[in-house]
Amino acid sequence: MLKYFPLWPDQASNFAGSVDGLYIFLVLVSIAMFVLIGAASITFAVVYRRREGVEATPIEGSTILELIWSVIPFIVFMIIFGWGATIYFDERTPPRDAVEMYAVAKQWMWKFEHPEGQREINELHVPMGRNIKIIMTSQDVIHSLYFPAFRIKQDVLPGRYTTLWFNATQVGEFHLFCAEYCGTQHSNMIGKIVVMQPAEYELWLNGGNNGRTSLVGTGQKLFTELGCSTCHKSDVQGRGPVLAGVFGKQQLLQDGRLVKVDEDYVRESILNPQAKIVSGFQPIMPTFQGQVSEEQLVSLVAYVKSLKAEGQPSNVAQAQPQQVK
Amino acid sequence: MSTAAAAPGSNYLTNGSSVSSWLLTKDHKRIALLYLLSVTFFFFIGGIFALLIRLELLTPQGDLLQADTYNKVFTMHGQVMVFFFLIPVVPAVLGNFLVPIMIGAKDLAFPRINLLSWYLYIVAGILMLWTLALGGVDTGWTFYTPLSSQFSRTNVVMAAVAVFINGFSSIFTGLNFIVTIHRMRAPGMTWNRLPLFIWAHYATSVIMVLGTPVIAITLLLVGFERMFHLGIFDPALGGDPLLFQHLFWFYSHPAVYIMILPSMGIVSELIACFSRKRIFGYSAVALSSIGIAVIGFLVWAHHMFVAGISLYAALVFSFLTYFVGVPSAIKVFNWTATMYKGAVTLTTPMIYAIGFLGLFTIGGLTGLFLAALGLDVHVTDTYFVVAHFHYVMVGGVVMAYLGGIHFWWPKITGRMYPEFWGKLSAMIGFVGFNLTFFPQFIVGYLGMPRRYWMYAPEFQVWNVLSTAGATVLAVGYLMPLVYLTWSLRYGPVVGDNPWGAVGLEWMTTSPPPTENFLEPPVVTWEAYDYEHIKEVPVAY
Ligand SMILES: [Cu+2]
Ligand SMILES: [Cu+2]
Repeated sequence: MLKYFPLWPDQASNFAGSVDGLYIFLVLVSIAMFVLIGAASITFAVVYRRREGVEATPIEGSTILELIWSVIPFIVFMIIFGWGATIYFDERTPPRDAVEMYAVAKQWMWKFEHPEGQREINELHVPMGRNIKIIMTSQDVIHSLYFPAFRIKQDVLPGRYTTLWFNATQVGEFHLFCAEYCGTQHSNMIGKIVVMQPAEYELWLNGGNNGRTSLVGTGQKLFTELGCSTCHKSDVQGRGPVLAGVFGKQQLLQDGRLVKVDEDYVRESILNPQAKIVSGFQPIMPTFQGQVSEEQLVSLVAYVKSLKAEGQPSNVAQAQPQQVK
Repeated sequence: MSTAAAAPGSNYLTNGSSVSSWLLTKDHKRIALLYLLSVTFFFFIGGIFALLIRLELLTPQGDLLQADTYNKVFTMHGQVMVFFFLIPVVPAVLGNFLVPIMIGAKDLAFPRINLLSWYLYIVAGILMLWTLALGGVDTGWTFYTPLSSQFSRTNVVMAAVAVFINGFSSIFTGLNFIVTIHRMRAPGMTWNRLPLFIWAHYATSVIMVLGTPVIAITLLLVGFERMFHLGIFDPALGGDPLLFQHLFWFYSHPAVYIMILPSMGIVSELIACFSRKRIFGYSAVALSSIGIAVIGFLVWAHHMFVAGISLYAALVFSFLTYFVGVPSAIKVFNWTATMYKGAVTLTTPMIYAIGFLGLFTIGGLTGLFLAALGLDVHVTDTYFVVAHFHYVMVGGVVMAYLGGIHFWWPKITGRMYPEFWGKLSAMIGFVGFNLTFFPQFIVGYLGMPRRYWMYAPEFQVWNVLSTAGATVLAVGYLMPLVYLTWSLRYGPVVGDNPWGAVGLEWMTTSPPPTENFLEPPVVTWEAYDYEHIKEVPVAY
């Protein structure tokens, strides 16, 4: 029966169970409410059907009843709100140890990049049981990355990064859909996510990998090629701020504001350097708008992220497939 | 105008038969009929698109239509149905006809502006049809940027202009109702004696006047960005794509209440009349309309939980959304309670009203799913949402509207529709509706995204059921068109008050004279004073 009339997608992530739990609770609440209203109205319509010589009994209303049927639903609503919010909080808070992968969406294609430099189109291989975080942006319009089996979805916007995370709990191939209407081939902007045993995933990553540069490595190369390193020196103060160790910190700006150095800030500083000048520096950096693609930006961001503060070695060297954790 | 009405037996229909007496009429009742014809026309245009969608989705492959055509079809379905049917249908047809009569006024406060509203609607409608003739639009009815402002290669600007102009029609109608309800009530018609239909239209009008300018300006900005490349919404030009969504939903969420509140007003009238009782908790039902209108303005970002808004914004908007659920629940409970110890007759309008209750309850309950943040992440942008808003907006609005049309048909036309066919179509409509849209909840939870031209094979079984249901639903909607038209000529002539209903509209002739009442009424009784009306209804 269920084979022909499926009711559930696969439960293949850490979120699937809790989302389905809330869903079932809501289905039960809905059935109860619907039966209550349905039974009451049908009963009343039958029992109190109009009869010759029988008048309706005038009833004004009842403040107590009004209170009861406002307060009880409200309490139930608050339970639902709290439950939904808890799950959402989880969905929106990627664990610190998550493996960071990148996605660039465009009409009508998904491009993924693993930290090890492995690239995929409309397909994403991930290891089972690991926390995976996907940092996403779009080259054109808004898209939305959706894995029904993982019960997770996040819009992908041009001009900024959004993130999504999950921990796959079941090996297999699952749907990957674009969920935000994005033009002609929206329904064709689909693919699959392949969940593998970690060991197999390592094999897959290394397959045909002779001298592939890691994402950070690509970023480092670009950083030199574009001349970034002439001003952003790694040890001494150049004309631009030292980037080592800045990622994730609060940065004081010239106008006195504090901003958090995150992916969006790094991206903005490359494309629109004049927007947020670090305190103590001159607005002399040229824009790289139009010179770097979204994929190159992703690697630059990954590189800046990898730069550790003085004393700590840059983890460029560590970002080899074998060490992924 | 008053000169012609002096003839005995003359009513608003017989008072002038020239084309100009219709097209230049300032009589709110005639304007209501102009609207009736035009919204019905657009309903069937939108319906044809709906059938094309359902036919394409019979199979997982994209086979009947091209991808681009399909995208245009669902876009036009949404735009025509939302802006040219659902938003005007109840206020502009039944509201226009009934608001002045129900409060004992001769007309709306601004009859010329009322006529202008209809002309704006028609100009906008023609523009929309013209857009269609030029190849249509493919942005979805939501016009999301930067797709609409930079990437779509269709006539976005023209469609936006159509919606823009149509917005003014809506604003003028709302303004007219507000002023009329404030200034033109008959002596004795105090605020707490107003029929709930009037309260609902009052609340709706407030939303129309406050919300509609926002969508108008937003679409104007989309046009500017598209034509002059001003960076407003497209980040490539320095804009913010989420700004569009905030502005769009700031109107379009309250617009849901523009659609549903007047329908709730109808349902209150129907349930009171056919239970022969005052509505249970009159003031709770009246105030809940106002409550919905106010809170409805504070929940717009619940459409954006995965759009990239901050975690805390999402928490606040989810929380507030549950507040709007309470007044809706209050209404449903009060309607049900009204039947308790009533004298219930299951006439066609009452069957529609109970059908509304069922569909609206399902629509409202599934709204709880979507407001629950963690669950919304999974079901938003899937067919679950499609099913939900069709239950509220189509199930709710169309059921109530058809109920209202049947209820006031003898008043509007002076003739009765055939009761058997009425009941049959109400039940076919109810069954067809559930068959069409219930499977969409399931396929949505399975993960089928909305606006998909092709889909994964495991979704097919539910889509086939849905398409089968749609054909039943189409029958349920076509039948009234046939027998109501038939009844214009062959329906039995009825008296002033065939239902034995309370309300000023039943105290004038059917059809009413041009100035609504031969003598200005004075109100000395409460709303739904069924206790004191001893007249035996003859029609049922
Ligand atoms: Cu898409
Ligand atoms: Cu909404």
